[in-house]
Amino acid sequence: MRIFLSNQGNLRNFRQFVESLDLSNPRKLEITTHNKWITVHPANLVLVVALAIKVGMKNTEIIGDIPDTGRYLDRMGLFNFVKTSSPFHYHKKEESGRFLPIKIIKTAEEQSHFITDMIPLLHLSEKNATVIKYIFGELVRNVLEHSFAKSGAVVAAQYYKKTNRVSIGICDTGIGIWKSLQTHWHPKTHIEAIKLALTPGITGTTRREGGTAENAGAGLFFVKSIAKITRNYFAIYSGSAEYTLHKHNKRIKGVPRLYADPSRDPHGEINNAPSFQGTLVAVDISLDETPEFNELLTGIGVVYDKAIRERKREKYRRPRFI
Amino acid sequence: MKNLIKIKRMAGDFAENKDIAKRIRIEQLMPALLKQNEVIIDFGGVNGATQSFIHALISDPIREFKNIAFDNLIYKNVNGDIREIISIVYRYMQESIDSDNI
Repeated sequence: MRIFLSNQGNLRNFRQFVESLDLSNPRKLEITTHNKWITVHPANLVLVVALAIKVGMKNTEIIGDIPDTGRYLDRMGLFNFVKTSSPFHYHKKEESGRFLPIKIIKTAEEQSHFITDMIPLLHLSEKNATVIKYIFGELVRNVLEHSFAKSGAVVAAQYYKKTNRVSIGICDTGIGIWKSLQTHWHPKTHIEAIKLALTPGITGTTRREGGTAENAGAGLFFVKSIAKITRNYFAIYSGSAEYTLHKHNKRIKGVPRLYADPSRDPHGEINNAPSFQGTLVAVDISLDETPEFNELLTGIGVVYDKAIRERKREKYRRPRFI
Repeated sequence: MKNLIKIKRMAGDFAENKDIAKRIRIEQLMPALLKQNEVIIDFGGVNGATQSFIHALISDPIREFKNIAFDNLIYKNVNGDIREIISIVYRYMQESIDSDNI
């Protein structure tokens, strides 16, 4: 496998990143970088690390010269997962207020510790902390519960002061969304599986409305909706499919409208991406655009209810006319 | 008889661990509702919760006990965010209860 870390690693260019992946030869992982400048989204990093864990440290290396900006990879902890030694020698900056280095979470207890510990690192206000905790809480739990990934969830986050934005990446090398939904929903393609997973009320554990005692099929829909309302990107890559919610046009005033059907959201999708055994979720949250969390939840809840009502109506018996 | 469940003591100030929600549900909520006891769920000191946590806590009691659950589950010291999540779960569970029979 070969992964190139470019100088354009943000979610706007997530599709290009996915399409550039060479996931052949699953026993070896080579990482190359742009020769002058590296810009990586946490999503790019967690994918690299998830695959590095899968192939093993001794089979993972960074090829070629790494530019000075590559020290960011060091700070985020990438060199802990590759056999290549870090070429950077410096006083490590205080982590507070900047980023959450790559972390592996395998249990619910580790998740709880992570959620408690991360907020001081990001230096967020209580209002913003709630949103970020919520997103990590839902997405990491999804991995622990549904992915069957032996190596757990690989997570990382970065706070960008200039744009007052938090970027998050969460990745696993588990069974992927398509397989997770096979028992009850039988999606034909990987992109269909991703869209089902984004639809409110659809969970891989049942077809029953309202879900099971433990699953309602709301987590991904809530997180995607938070990204949409805060006018930012949200992306999922699983199997051979990639779905990216586009940033809501800032010139359109008012709160962005939410849809139960992810096909109605402004988005890009492909179903012929390099086949990735696992799931990668990436999200950006603009803290300037974040309304009060309960207002945000109210809007999401209304769409959620409507989706269930409409699905319920589809099951109603219809009169027979002749 | 009244039962009091303090969420913070078990789930901390951000309630996201569904295993804990499940444990509270199975060990405390369901047995209390079976006896038609009133249960006060105290969110004092809890700043936030995920929808998944609240769902794992109360969806099954609502589905199983319906009006007994609505009458006997009482929420205390709930902030605006958690109040909204509980309300969402109440709404969609009631929507879904009917559809179980369709």
